[in-house]
Amino acid sequence: MIAEKMIFILVIFGITLLIATYLTYFERKVAAFLQDRVGPNRAGPFGLLQPLADAGKMFFKEDFVPSAAERALFILGPGIAMFTACMTGAVIPWGNSLHLFGRDISLQVADVDIGLLYIVGFVSIGVYGIMVGGWASNNKYSLFGAIRASSQMISYELAMGISLIAVIMMSGSLSIREIVEQQFDGWNVIYQPVGFLIFFICALAECNRAPFDLPECETELIGGYHTEYSSMKLGFFLFAEYINMFISAAVISTVFFGGYHFPFMQELGLPANVVSLLGVAALFLKIFFFLFVFMWIRWTLPRFRYDQLMHLGWKVLIPLSIINMVLTGGFMLLKDYLW
Amino acid sequence: MESYFKSYDSVDGELATVNLGPTHPATHGVFQNILKMDGERIVSAEPTIGYIHRAFEKLAERRPYYQITPITDRLNYCSSPINNIGWHMTVEKLAGIEVPKRVQYMRVIIMELARIADHLICNSVIGVDTGALTGFTYMFQERERIYEMYEELCGARLTTNIGRIGGFERDFSPEFIKKLKSFLKEFPARFEEFNSLLERNRIFMDRTIHAGPISAERALNYGFTGPNLRATGVDYDVRVMQPYSGYEDFDFIIPVGLNGDTYDRFMVRQEEIRQSLRIINQAFDNLPKGSHHADVPAYYLPDKEEVYSNMEALIYHFKIVMGEVPIPKGEVYFCVEGGNGELGYYLISDGGRQPYRLHFRRPCFIYYQAYPEMIQGALLSDAVLTMSSMNVIAGELDA
Repeated sequence: MIAEKMIFILVIFGITLLIATYLTYFERKVAAFLQDRVGPNRAGPFGLLQPLADAGKMFFKEDFVPSAAERALFILGPGIAMFTACMTGAVIPWGNSLHLFGRDISLQVADVDIGLLYIVGFVSIGVYGIMVGGWASNNKYSLFGAIRASSQMISYELAMGISLIAVIMMSGSLSIREIVEQQFDGWNVIYQPVGFLIFFICALAECNRAPFDLPECETELIGGYHTEYSSMKLGFFLFAEYINMFISAAVISTVFFGGYHFPFMQELGLPANVVSLLGVAALFLKIFFFLFVFMWIRWTLPRFRYDQLMHLGWKVLIPLSIINMVLTGGFMLLKDYLW
Repeated sequence: MESYFKSYDSVDGELATVNLGPTHPATHGVFQNILKMDGERIVSAEPTIGYIHRAFEKLAERRPYYQITPITDRLNYCSSPINNIGWHMTVEKLAGIEVPKRVQYMRVIIMELARIADHLICNSVIGVDTGALTGFTYMFQERERIYEMYEELCGARLTTNIGRIGGFERDFSPEFIKKLKSFLKEFPARFEEFNSLLERNRIFMDRTIHAGPISAERALNYGFTGPNLRATGVDYDVRVMQPYSGYEDFDFIIPVGLNGDTYDRFMVRQEEIRQSLRIINQAFDNLPKGSHHADVPAYYLPDKEEVYSNMEALIYHFKIVMGEVPIPKGEVYFCVEGGNGELGYYLISDGGRQPYRLHFRRPCFIYYQAYPEMIQGALLSDAVLTMSSMNVIAGELDA
């Protein structure tokens, strides 16, 4: 049983890393597509080996620590970022259980009762990586980036959490598997369109993606919190961002878009295992769709200014999410009275 | 609007000193600004100049007139044909050379193409500085077509060294005309695509409106010209105030802004691109027949075949190349509407083979003086946008 879980953890970990690696390729190809360019096409067929070449480059570069930097924290920063990014994948149900060798294998590392809280919690810890790294660099631009990152994350987590509360109120459970199972009849996005929009915007902000990429905005802060980083430490920061994107897309797909559910999954009359595998494919299809939207937005929109970002977070998204929560509660009460 | 745009006089606590430049990616060149910052807010800025000062005015005192053209390339290198042609016209004014109508119209076409290229770079870079990279790549494809036209006419792309004193080195080739026609036909649609990405984009408008404003009065006091002055609402344009090279023949509008902020500067440049297209269309449709240079053998290099077969041509060739052309004594000031504003040449000649003194009136030098005032009390992001929307080019700033 434990061995089974260990193998599954390794598989999920490997897939997460692989997808994060290839997201860099995907990002560059999407950017090239949107900008009338070719994109990477030298390493391997269609440039498919480009991420490996990039990773190799990162490993072989000089691992440089500025003399004025706080050495221990400087190394710790990217570590925290990477660690928290990798941890969040544990509670995502990647698919329904598979029935193999006479037993059920759950396609989820841990079905924690408080899965959603776990994810929100770990994402919040992720900001420490950026903060610590930016502060320890002893560079004013890095510090600006770190301060921007922390204030941005704190303000957007609130709206994110409140928009999730509405979903939790509807499902009555914090377990992600439970939330997915309840979406068998209809995806949550039908009942919570505003909540989905708020969550989506906040997810962009949490991943430091455009139009909220202020912590690293290269035109003002020269890379922000990772200005002083090089080699694989820089790679960790970039990797963490892509893993966060992947996990965000996975959370959006599971919480609002039915996770591994797909239309007519029971009516087709296929064997349970095939349905499970198709469910995994459906989940990944949804995830990649949202990843594409993330990239699409990045290469289309300008970024906000710092004060406008705060304005949007505190004065628009948080009130909107509270109204959404209250309305959801009201409707649920009404439903009990009327039906 | 938010109160932080007002001047910032009470400061509590410690200020951070931040170097914006000289190797900061947002400065698009080599400038240094020593910013005193209270959090993200700029309390004061101290600009430093001279990082790429190449002593062009002194260099020009040791060079024959025709050899000064390549120096002018390196002023505002985003629109070097305007600089080249402006210099040629200055020398023509001093020497009293009249150029044919065809040369004037050819010059107008080239200068307006250069203005489009200059404004395209400036506006797409404003986009990049707000974080929208895509418009930049779209417009660089169009700028590439303009550069291919330069290449067709003079063989160079960035530092063009285009034209000669008295005209052009060669006429528009059929290939050039083909490229120009297809550009005029296809560019407007591509340009509107770029507009639709930025012009009415809510985030872009929020970012640029009220960012780095300057009043018309302050701008005039500093000596602003060009799009940056027009953005404040003053309709001063050298092409209309002192028409040169036949600009009086064309029908075009001078766009003006209201507030002199980044958005107005962006919009003025956008509209000027459309007006430049109108001018090019008019000039191209009415392009007179005739020679591509004035009949001034003492100034204009003869054809190579002539040089090899004709004694007089050989003598003129020798004298021109050695810089021994007859230049009268005198002082002239000539200005053109450069990509960035009034680009003036103040030339004093003592009749020798080189200028006695040459001064470039470089608009960027003037804009940069106003920069600290414009960004005081603004956020760091605004400072970057203000810099790029003023289109301060390091080469022109330092000369």
